[in-house]
Amino acid sequence: MSFRTYSEVTGPDRSGLGEQVAQQRARVAERLASVSAIVAVLSGKGGVGKSYVSAGLARACRAAGRSVGVVDADLRSPTVARLLRAEGPLVADEQGIEPARGTDDIRVMSSDFLLEDGRPLGWRGTTAERFVWTGAIEIGALREFLSDVKWGVLDLLLIDLPPGADAVADLHPLIPNLTGVVAVTIPTEESRRSVARALAAARDDGLPILGIVENMVGSVCPSCREAHPLFEGDAADSLSDEFDVPVWGRVPFGAGREPFVEMAERLAECTVRRP
Amino acid sequence: MKFLCVDCDEQMTFEERQQPGDGTFAAAFACPSCGRKVALLANPMESQLVGALGVKIGGRVLDKEQPFELIRGHMQGREDAFVEPEGAVPRAGAPRWSPEAEARLGKAPNFVRGMIKRIYADYARERGIAEITPEVMDRARVALGLEDM
Repeated sequence: MSFRTYSEVTGPDRSGLGEQVAQQRARVAERLASVSAIVAVLSGKGGVGKSYVSAGLARACRAAGRSVGVVDADLRSPTVARLLRAEGPLVADEQGIEPARGTDDIRVMSSDFLLEDGRPLGWRGTTAERFVWTGAIEIGALREFLSDVKWGVLDLLLIDLPPGADAVADLHPLIPNLTGVVAVTIPTEESRRSVARALAAARDDGLPILGIVENMVGSVCPSCREAHPLFEGDAADSLSDEFDVPVWGRVPFGAGREPFVEMAERLAECTVRRP
Repeated sequence: MKFLCVDCDEQMTFEERQQPGDGTFAAAFACPSCGRKVALLANPMESQLVGALGVKIGGRVLDKEQPFELIRGHMQGREDAFVEPEGAVPRAGAPRWSPEAEARLGKAPNFVRGMIKRIYADYARERGIAEITPEVMDRARVALGLEDM
């Protein structure tokens, strides 16, 4: 049997799946056109306090007078909304979804507003071979967090990424003009190895690496206010040398907002104007 | 995706799609020369994969995509996730809802109700339908692939 191939049949492709995807991306760009800077916070590894750092950065930037939004891109284990005291329900109309308002009027979107308390992220429909499509639908949901939320005019939109070295590579096609990434690590060698993979993914994608934050560097004594080490290691300094990126700050347990003030200044220096 | 009638060497044209509610998907195509019709039948996993991309086989029927259409159409979400804006007034030219249609809409989970109400309204408005009845909803469900909502 002989017949023409897709490219040889020159009539229109009515489904236009490629065009539909392009329209989805265009809606993201249109919605984010009023956002001056978009920065992804990554760690590569879970349990390093990435969402805590995201929330701290957001609060410090807001305290410095900047308008700030936060996207919780960790759909499966949303945390940052609670840290910013943002709650649903979400107000929805045909123009979009109003972001929840958290501490200091920080605008927040998170799957925490959508999921039943105590229930995992789940999707309707068949569960057969779910590994084939769950990645696609989660990226689609993140796309809608970006395109369908009424972010309005923002100086800074922080994206709190899920763990995983490739998380930023999944995000970048949605936001081609991502301003850059901030990496969060704890001092240990295990964390260094994991964050190094995530930073390599960012660098391979051509993304600017703005700075490194070392979290859980010690526990602050409530009496003398001195920080005592919690973990061995020098992950931040090693990553700084390896990727030629400054260490923006170190955050002990119980430190409050203070360590984030200088980080917010560093972030402002990097994000005054999005290229 | 294109369909070719091999006998006629003609590109087949899209006729209609159906989602019977069992997770499967069907789309019919016809040859403009000989009139032969074929149906593409996708199993639930294949249908889910396409749905996960947020795209429509055969193209979008309505121009405008609703906010969080993918999330609200697929996520197992909490009933109180969304509220309508207070004091919202219907858009000028918005179709009426018959009591029967309102009652039927009220059975939809709250997670999707506001969204599908706007989808039905857009469907009716684009077709000059003044009142949304259960019959209009049935037609829209087939045309828009809302059978599983």
